Amino acid sequence: MQAKYDEQSIDLLASGHKACAGCGPALTIQAILRATGANVFVANATGCMEIISSQYPQSAWKVPWIHSLFENTAAVASGIEVALKALGRSEEGKVVVIAGDGGTVDIGMQAISGMLERGHNVCYICYDNEAYMNTGNQRSGSTPLDASTTTSPFGKRSFGNDRPKKNMPAIAAAHGISYVATSSVGYPRDLTKKVQKGISVSSPAYLQIHAPCNIGWGFDSAKTIEIARLAVETGLWMMYEIVNGELVNVMKVRNQQPVEEYLKLQKRFAHLFKMPGGDAQIKLIQELANNNLKKYTVETQKEAGEIQT
Amino acid sequence: MIDIMEGSHAIALAVKAARPNVVAAYPITPQTHIVEDISQLIADGDLEAEYVKVESEHSAMSVCIGASATGARTYTATTSQGLALMHEVLFNAAGMRLPIVMTVANRALSAPLNIWNDHQDSISERDSGWIQIYVEDNTEASDLTIQAYKIAEDRRIQVPIMVCMDGYTLTHTYEPVELLDQDLVDDFLPPYAPTDYLSVDDPKTFGMFADPNYYTEFRYQNHRALEAAKTVIAEVSREFGEVFGRDHGGLIEEYRCDGAEYVLIAMGSVVGTLKDTVDDLREAGIRAGAIKLRSYRPFPVEDIRSALADVQAVGILDKNISLGYEGALSADVKSTLYRTNNTPEVFSFVAGLGGRDIPKGTFVKMFDWMREDKKISTSEFIDLRTEILEFQEV
Repeated sequence: MQAKYDEQSIDLLASGHKACAGCGPALTIQAILRATGANVFVANATGCMEIISSQYPQSAWKVPWIHSLFENTAAVASGIEVALKALGRSEEGKVVVIAGDGGTVDIGMQAISGMLERGHNVCYICYDNEAYMNTGNQRSGSTPLDASTTTSPFGKRSFGNDRPKKNMPAIAAAHGISYVATSSVGYPRDLTKKVQKGISVSSPAYLQIHAPCNIGWGFDSAKTIEIARLAVETGLWMMYEIVNGELVNVMKVRNQQPVEEYLKLQKRFAHLFKMPGGDAQIKLIQELANNNLKKYTVETQKEAGEIQT
Repeated sequence: MIDIMEGSHAIALAVKAARPNVVAAYPITPQTHIVEDISQLIADGDLEAEYVKVESEHSAMSVCIGASATGARTYTATTSQGLALMHEVLFNAAGMRLPIVMTVANRALSAPLNIWNDHQDSISERDSGWIQIYVEDNTEASDLTIQAYKIAEDRRIQVPIMVCMDGYTLTHTYEPVELLDQDLVDDFLPPYAPTDYLSVDDPKTFGMFADPNYYTEFRYQNHRALEAAKTVIAEVSREFGEVFGRDHGGLIEEYRCDGAEYVLIAMGSVVGTLKDTVDDLREAGIRAGAIKLRSYRPFPVEDIRSALADVQAVGILDKNISLGYEGALSADVKSTLYRTNNTPEVFSFVAGLGGRDIPKGTFVKMFDWMREDKKISTSEFIDLRTEILEFQEV
């Protein structure tokens, strides 16, 4: 079933905000707000999306919005949710967190765990641009293997980031929540549909949206969607849902592209094509992709059952 | 009506009377009895509030921020390490002008680990933009909890407030407490009705970022609000006195300061012992007096100047130390006296750290030193056990 766009809410994030041309996360937020409509409370972690949208005395937000700190957004959202409940205003709207990967998989982890475990009716959405982009591209726990960032630079003794991405969706799912999903800004229909599912449950939901950053990753601003889709087509970013603890709706990759097709378009991986030993690293990345496709396989693709809330 | 109860229980009952919508807290000694009693009140249906059992004090304050910004009356309590963990969130709550009320069960900071009372924890949050009021006994702690909401939510200021009560000394002590009549509290403290809050009907943006063109003005307004809080604290205290028949004083309480030559300033529960000492000294013909400093922030500059206008010497008891300088209260009092017509001799005492008792004899010693005009260092540690010190002074 196709997701319906709420025409009225298309520009709930007003134009004129300060995001870079080609910004994946800004497109992600537009898609999120189209899915939620105006009846939403947004708690936003410190990061690119907060900075580009809320410079006093202007605000791009046409929905109630709060930014407090970097690592406490899940707790702030918990507070909004219980306040609405206590004041008899729960019907007013859904509480949604928007946070980057650093604010989610690293510094925000504890507050998220608390929010998920306590069962707050909050949809937590992480836009994953795979490093601390707001501060100038430092590596996070969500930075992929061999990506060169300012704190994981390649060099004579380094191929870049020496660890693969932290599996945050699995950590979220381990809390026993009923809806976890990954999506990508390269697939706006899928993204919208999953946000709608995430906000439809009356318990915590966790979404992680792959959202390329053309500045940090080093690619042409016109190629954001292409790069996002290549991440999925290579098997480096998997699109799936975990409903009631069960892996379902894994997006099939019919013609798997070699990872080089994805890597070669990005400056953060350019060293792999020049350095001695870089080819072996590319093989390692190919193995990660292949393992992803094996790991995220459901024997028979089945539609998820009704989400238990 | 008076009942004998533990200080923590008195606080829990006061919180109940204030009818908060949201409570968020993380347990830490010696705050635990407060949150346990509140949990029980909610479990028994005696308090209708959402209680968020958070995973840290950082999240406790963050939940309060989210809830307060949504228009809820909020409460939390903590102490020591928990307050330190809240540090950045405290500034954030104050900057967003959210009228959150928090009990601080004052306790020392680690290392070495120590669970007993001093004031280092809240003093270290001096610049966070929170009002800090220190109480002497459990009735004052209970009454101030009600007043705190009225002060914090006053439209003229809108700032969060800490009710600072000595850990163990007050929180775990059973003493007679004047109970709060719910009907009177409801009249005195109407439900929280903010003008600005998160709502889909009138979407607002909270917690923006301000560049150098605007940041200073935000800070200035926040500062002015804290200064204006002096008036509000005094007003609310008086109004409470009119309604409930007991007034604990405004920013400071002067005790036998009329005609006093030697005045000692202190905060918290130790003021009771100090007052007794002053009585003894007065009986012995020594013109002693005491000042209970209630409001540490905003700092009562005018009240202190006026109270010390004619004294010969003033002593300041600090249950904290700004390491490498002196006790924080002492530094503040000294700068308050700068360029006043009467500049008394100032004696700075550090005592009562990490739960060490301050008996009358210690206060007598302080008054003796003031009377003898004994030359002391800028941070004289009283009752220091020199026999167990291992380091060599350089």
